[in-house]
Amino acid sequence: MESNRIEQLLEKYFEAHTTEAEERDLRKYFSGDQVAEHLEPYRPMFAYFSEAKQERSVRQVPLKTRRHLYQWISVAAMVVLVAGVYFGKQYQERKEAEYAYLQTKKALGLLAANLDRGKEKVAYLHEFEETKQKIYKNN
Amino acid sequence: MLYVTTDQKLMTQSEFVNLVMPFKDKLFRLAKRLLVSTEEAEDATQEVLMKLWDKKKGIHGYRNVEAFAMTMTKNFCLDRLKSKQSGNLKLVHSNYADERSSLQKEVEVHDSVEWVGKIMENLPEQQKLVLQLRDIEEYEYDEISEMLDMKPTAVRVALSRARKAVRDQLIEKHSYGIQ
Repeated sequence: MESNRIEQLLEKYFEAHTTEAEERDLRKYFSGDQVAEHLEPYRPMFAYFSEAKQERSVRQVPLKTRRHLYQWISVAAMVVLVAGVYFGKQYQERKEAEYAYLQTKKALGLLAANLDRGKEKVAYLHEFEETKQKIYKNN
Repeated sequence: MLYVTTDQKLMTQSEFVNLVMPFKDKLFRLAKRLLVSTEEAEDATQEVLMKLWDKKKGIHGYRNVEAFAMTMTKNFCLDRLKSKQSGNLKLVHSNYADERSSLQKEVEVHDSVEWVGKIMENLPEQQKLVLQLRDIEEYEYDEISEMLDMKPTAVRVALSRARKAVRDQLIEKHSYGIQ
């Protein structure tokens, strides 16, 4: 009497009208050892479906993502950039101070040279005084 | 079935693994159904999961991550098959190789249970997919029509054809007495 119900279910099954519960019943019936002889040809079908469901993927999926790597690269780039700006500024300030020192030195040197020249010219005043004295004496 | 809350917090690696592990094997079996080779199926599974991991920020937006991943797997494998066939020289070569290996397999397949797998290999892609999703993975019709982007009636039509094709070829073999 069970095989009668199974026949009906099979008919529905091949028209794709069975519910999940009915299909579970079919799988259960065909996995048992009470399969009627005339239904035996259907057994491998259901046996295969159950067997195929046991297959497993064995490979581990590496999840070290590209996105995480990008994050670290951007952090590293940021550090380099900040350090570059900081040390660059320091270097620039030193160079500027050096330049200012040199310029000041040059200016002072120029001043000293001109002062010397001025002093040389002032020496001629002495000549003038001497001549003046000579004239006074002669009178 | 797997639903994800709309919680916006960032997903950690272990949360992702917990989300994906329950259906990883289903992706693999679907990929193997289409690509046949175990190695290629593992490659496809890995590729799909890595793509999904890259999308993890937006993963909360998908109502059903499992269905989405199954669709990704199907599309990935069909693309692989298409690009394989587009190489003309390769096609000629692989046709030749296929014929040989199928003959060889026929000799090897003594068991009628294994024979069902061989029959499924030769079904049209859509029937293969529907049969895999319903009779092996036991998805509901609604889920299958979502995954394959097919109308529910079309799913039933393809499923009925696939089941009958397997039955007819199996009975044909059976009556020849190959057991």
